[in-house]
Amino acid sequence: MKLRYAVLLLCALSFSSLFVGVSSLSLFDVWQMTEEQRQIFWSSRMPRLLSILMAGAGMAIAGLVMQQLTQNKFVSPTTAGTMDAARLGMLVSMLAFAGASSLVRISVAVAFAVAGTFIFMYILERVRGKDPIFIPLVGLMFGNILGSITMFFAYRYDLIQNMTAWLQGNFATIITGQYELLWFVVPIVGFTYWYADRITVVGMGESFAKNVGVSYRTVVNIGLILVAVMTSLIVLTVGMIPFLGLIIPNIVTIFRGDHMRKNLPFTAVFGAIFVLVCDLFGRTIIYPYEIPIGLTVGVIGSGLFLYLLLRRQRYGL
Amino acid sequence: MILAESVTKQYGAAAVVDEVTASIREGTMTTFIGPNGAGKSTLLSMVSRLLKRDGGSVSIDGMPMEHFHDKELAKKLAILKQSNEMNVRLSIYDLVSFGRFPYSRGRLTAEDRRVIDESIAYVELESMQNKYLDELSGGQRQRAFIAMILAQDTDYILLDEPLNNLDMRHSVQIMKVLRSLVDDLGKTVVLVVHDINFASCYSDFILAMKNGKVVKEGRTWEVIHPDHLKEIYDMDFQVQEINNQKICVYFS
Repeated sequence: MKLRYAVLLLCALSFSSLFVGVSSLSLFDVWQMTEEQRQIFWSSRMPRLLSILMAGAGMAIAGLVMQQLTQNKFVSPTTAGTMDAARLGMLVSMLAFAGASSLVRISVAVAFAVAGTFIFMYILERVRGKDPIFIPLVGLMFGNILGSITMFFAYRYDLIQNMTAWLQGNFATIITGQYELLWFVVPIVGFTYWYADRITVVGMGESFAKNVGVSYRTVVNIGLILVAVMTSLIVLTVGMIPFLGLIIPNIVTIFRGDHMRKNLPFTAVFGAIFVLVCDLFGRTIIYPYEIPIGLTVGVIGSGLFLYLLLRRQRYGL
Repeated sequence: MILAESVTKQYGAAAVVDEVTASIREGTMTTFIGPNGAGKSTLLSMVSRLLKRDGGSVSIDGMPMEHFHDKELAKKLAILKQSNEMNVRLSIYDLVSFGRFPYSRGRLTAEDRRVIDESIAYVELESMQNKYLDELSGGQRQRAFIAMILAQDTDYILLDEPLNNLDMRHSVQIMKVLRSLVDDLGKTVVLVVHDINFASCYSDFILAMKNGKVVKEGRTWEVIHPDHLKEIYDMDFQVQEINNQKICVYFS
């Protein structure tokens, strides 16, 4: 499939996404919107679409980078504890830095995500050589431990409502003023693209990287920070979108190979398409009500993941 | 010339490589031989900067290895570790293009593309250059990695067991390619090989190791001798001359 067609499909879906919702706003109204419709369009529909695109592309790329760095097809921010670490960070920032500016609180969450990811990598280095399936299991356990700590303190301090809001990703509450943080994903993706060759080289192993004069440690560390920052920005604004970083990069690399500069645009576009489709699905299936995106992505994603696991021999994952 | 002086590597109390001094002459093929655990691969890794040494020094063309910048060293000396465990979906062309990374940092110039095409042609993989590595046979895969090293255009090429997991035909093919790198392109090739007869038939110099020490070093013709081989491997060898090549018989 050519990238062109994928982009075309993405545009078509984006366009239709703008005109699905409870308030009536059809294509024909665009040229003569009432004040109310204009309001809905610019402060709800557009932010929602933009955040879906950025979160979808961002999570898929975060997964791609992680799989490349760990040389394991089953590692992603979901299966490495990154998301849970970010959530723990948010709890800590709510408890300890309640009065601080949002920038401080975001930084705390990001710092936790980075630390969590590095701890996972530390564990990973100690169990290397085991079955590739074993590593994401360790990551999931690690994530669950962090999750239980978060829940424990959330219960104690009556913050459970706030925390569950982040447990399941949700685009329904996105309005102007709440999603702008996501714009940071764009320069991070840009940098990742520029940095892609180095990440590919590192994905071929430490001796391969050293041989061509690339500092293995530096690239791994920068890559992990990119992943952790991107993930926590997305978790902070829309919540957890499970499995996305796992399925999309795996499907894309089956067809496009592991050369990151070549498969990154596909990963970004398909990540966005996948979330957009799930979102449209969630918005229409019990119309006028909505299913949160975390649920749709989780159900469709875990199904696809299971399929990938069962077919892994065939694709040499 | 690569010069290693009293190079040492220790794991715990045991020295895997124990104060080894060795030199590798330019424009020749040198083979490291010896039983398992003799320290051949460890020595190769230290000489090629992959592994930090616990003592001694390594110099390349008279300059200590530490004085080279990473990028500069990558244009001078290439190392290929056992490649069969690598699990990446890259096309042959893309893999070989990473050999140009020290020069172009990923943005290929016309000159880079010329070198890549030449390298692929040298190992005769042009017809399948867009195939993914995981679709190749062991021999094709190894040739693809050699093409990548070739594209790196270094004076020194070090290979750790390049014949591992290859059948006889592919092994001969690889050794012929490596030999022609020395004879036709003037490269210096250093490799670790387990099959003593490949070492005997193809290399100019042999460095034999045992228990972390060099037990014999010299021209292939001199080292391949029943007495030396017995000292290295603790077993009996018969050495026969066939077509001007010394063939070792040790199977029974």
